[in-house]
Amino acid sequence: MSLKYFHNLHLKIFSALFVFASPMHADWFALNMTRGVTDISNEVFELHMLIFWICVVIGVVVFGVMFYSMYAHTKKKNPVAASFHENHKLEIAWTIVPFLILIAMAVPASKTLVKIYDDEAGDVNIQVTGYQWKWQYNYLEDDISFFSNLSTDMDEINNLVPKGEHYLQEVDEIVVIPAGKKVRFLITANDVIHSWWMPAFAIKQDAIPGFVNTAWTKVDKPGVYRGKCTELCGKNHGFMPIVVKVVEQEEYNQWVDEKKQAAIKMAELTTKDWTAQELVERGESVYAVNCVACHQTNGQGIPGIFPALAGSDIVMNQKDKNIEILMEGVQGAAMNSFSYLSEVELAAVITYTRQSWGNAENGDGEIVVPKDIVDYKKPKI
Amino acid sequence: MSAVIENHHDDHHHGPAKGLTRWLYTTNHKDIGTLYLWFSFAMFLIGGAMALVIRAELFQPGMQIVEPEFYNQMITLHGLIMIFGGVMPAFVGLANWLVPMMIGAPDMALPRMNNLSFWILPFAFFILLSSLFMEGGAPNFGWTFYAPLSTTYAPPSVTFFIFSVHIMGASSIMGAINVVVTIMNMRAPGVTLMKMPLFVWSWLITAYLLIAVMPVLAGAVTMMLMDIHFGTSFFNAAGGGDPVLFQHIFWFFGHPEVYIMILPAFGIVSHIIETFSRKQLFGYSSMVWAMLSIAILSFVVWAHHMFTVGLPLAAELFFMWATMLIAVPTGVKVFNWVATMFKGSLTFETPMLFAIAFVVLFTIGGLSGLMLAIVPADFQYHDTYFVVAHFHYVLVPGAIFSIMAAVYYWIPKWSGNMYDERLGKLHFWLSFIGVNVTFFPQHFIGLAGMPRRYPDYALQFADWNMVSSVGAFLFGVSQILFLFIVVKTVMGGKKATDQVWEGARGLEWTVASPAPYHTFTTPPKVD
Repeated sequence: MSLKYFHNLHLKIFSALFVFASPMHADWFALNMTRGVTDISNEVFELHMLIFWICVVIGVVVFGVMFYSMYAHTKKKNPVAASFHENHKLEIAWTIVPFLILIAMAVPASKTLVKIYDDEAGDVNIQVTGYQWKWQYNYLEDDISFFSNLSTDMDEINNLVPKGEHYLQEVDEIVVIPAGKKVRFLITANDVIHSWWMPAFAIKQDAIPGFVNTAWTKVDKPGVYRGKCTELCGKNHGFMPIVVKVVEQEEYNQWVDEKKQAAIKMAELTTKDWTAQELVERGESVYAVNCVACHQTNGQGIPGIFPALAGSDIVMNQKDKNIEILMEGVQGAAMNSFSYLSEVELAAVITYTRQSWGNAENGDGEIVVPKDIVDYKKPKI
Repeated sequence: MSAVIENHHDDHHHGPAKGLTRWLYTTNHKDIGTLYLWFSFAMFLIGGAMALVIRAELFQPGMQIVEPEFYNQMITLHGLIMIFGGVMPAFVGLANWLVPMMIGAPDMALPRMNNLSFWILPFAFFILLSSLFMEGGAPNFGWTFYAPLSTTYAPPSVTFFIFSVHIMGASSIMGAINVVVTIMNMRAPGVTLMKMPLFVWSWLITAYLLIAVMPVLAGAVTMMLMDIHFGTSFFNAAGGGDPVLFQHIFWFFGHPEVYIMILPAFGIVSHIIETFSRKQLFGYSSMVWAMLSIAILSFVVWAHHMFTVGLPLAAELFFMWATMLIAVPTGVKVFNWVATMFKGSLTFETPMLFAIAFVVLFTIGGLSGLMLAIVPADFQYHDTYFVVAHFHYVLVPGAIFSIMAAVYYWIPKWSGNMYDERLGKLHFWLSFIGVNVTFFPQHFIGLAGMPRRYPDYALQFADWNMVSSVGAFLFGVSQILFLFIVVKTVMGGKKATDQVWEGARGLEWTVASPAPYHTFTTPPKVD
């Protein structure tokens, strides 16, 4: 065991230092904010450059005078210091002039801000919900809903294989929006505070439980744009990116249809007869996406923070309680309700945990089928 | 009556007690100042070691050294230890040493409370650091501990964190009250308010800020405690609470806190620039008014840390304009320092080098702060490495350089020995290069789009992260040299004169070097 660990560690460090971690191309020129793809984000970029150059000029003037003094007024060159101090004209000037410069900055900044603050409904309205550690997107008009998870391979993160071009900036389900239409995002969160940042649109809005923040954009140029979570939200804060694909209206309509078809197929699965084996297979992937971050691949959790599922009495013997926890979450703990998953996914993932890590052998080995979840959801008398 | 006077007289001639009890029981402002300074240096090394863990992990993309869970503990403890254990106690230590000597007072006004306010600090940090060994690990929610990540979703050690913050707060409040009472009541005859040295002024203002906002911090952590253990829902949306309320309370403390960490630096740098320019400070009264304006404005700008939480338009505009306004008094200070140097007779001893670097690099940090105040641009900067670069520029080559400058400037007075000028300059240049190599590239990384508090990052940020990590190790290692220089100076070296520096003015330079255990037992004469 310890030998194996040592070997792994060795391999990790070796590969990290010499092989895979080194980026394939240099990015020494990634020095500045990049221009956006919307009118607003371009305006923000211009504003950034304006204040940047004003700051540079102020710096050059102030440091110029200072460096000149350091060169010309040393004790060697100027053995006796001048004795002047306090000069009201000068002091008034260096109070008023900066004030005027500030007004010159504040006027365009306020104008842009007013434009950004437009919370009229969009042509397409998408509710964005932050979860530890993934994003959910609900298309309010079309009743489409899906989760978007990081799709970068764990082996890339652990430096065991070379990193791909979009390392940590790729997801399994991409948000698709139509070009040339006003899209409004309604941003909230389910557990802790997250923040939805899409630099190309100059949108950064905190996703806060109990609040709905709005942001909007109108992108004319089709393309794939990448963003990130920017509010510390726990362990995998750095691993919940955002990818938005902007497509022409026609392609968008097609995508909406496909999504709707897929939802219908998913609903049909609920009524199918499932075997334990099928559920476990399906549950393994659900577990990998939703549960593994806290409860770990081996079901051991992290002592003191996230409880172990392997050997847990609830997971082994108390089927009803097991379902209840998944549906309602645990009050006052990090375990949230997962009732937003489909009946099939819930049944599969519960069955997976009840059949893995020796739980079936040590417990009652009962499985959960989608119908159990449907029954749970029925109003109780 | 004469017996009483005789007794009194005897009191002032006994020296420090011997052994450990001298330090445990001391009520002497110089001893307590020394304790504070050594304590803060120890915390600076511990917090610095944590920073190096962070930079080592970020040296390359991918997870190499620590797990994300532990990484978050490191960023949290690094911030808390550097702010509450490094910078703040160092300034309190300097206040203890210098305020009584600068105003001609025999000691601090409340010496026993002074002892208490220091000696509870080691316990606070022992509790905080011990959380690293608790089940579930240390606090992992960032030094800003936003709820509900720090309440419902926190590791169990959060309760110890809350207790530790309470102790730190109590210590700061006691220290601040002591400074205020001393300055208000114990100035030598003739030291009027507008004749006080600027370091005393800066600390008087700082102390009022501390008294105003530390209780707010205590309130915030108490509300967290209630949420975690007693079933309240101040910050829990599911119970009708408000997570944004936490941020308002936190930053109402947090923004004045920023000035608590920079105002004493303004005082220090003013003295040093004046001394080594051999020229009177250009505008004493405008410096005082600038500090007062900054302190007052600091209470009405807190929401500029929260531009992305979804404040109404009117609030965004107000906080943007109010924040920009701070640039005016800050500019006045910088212009004053430059005008003081202009046509002076300059020499560049180590304290002056640190002070000049302070003015330049603090100004860079101030200018990036101005950029951050512009709300639409802040939507792009917020919570990226640009912010990390900004506040490290004002805190490291700002606050910390001023503390180092102060140590070099006053250590001859404290120890009676001159430090090694050659080594001091070497320490300065290594630190100066280290700081800039570490933090300047973070501007690039942030503008290019890397969020802060990320244990791993996309490939386009790799090059400058590597540079930043190299700089961090250079800066970190250079501080061992600082420790060596200070120890060497305390142990011996060229004897310092009473005046120490040719251009130095102020009461502290009129007493012997090293300063006797008791100074100004009879008030000095001041014109």
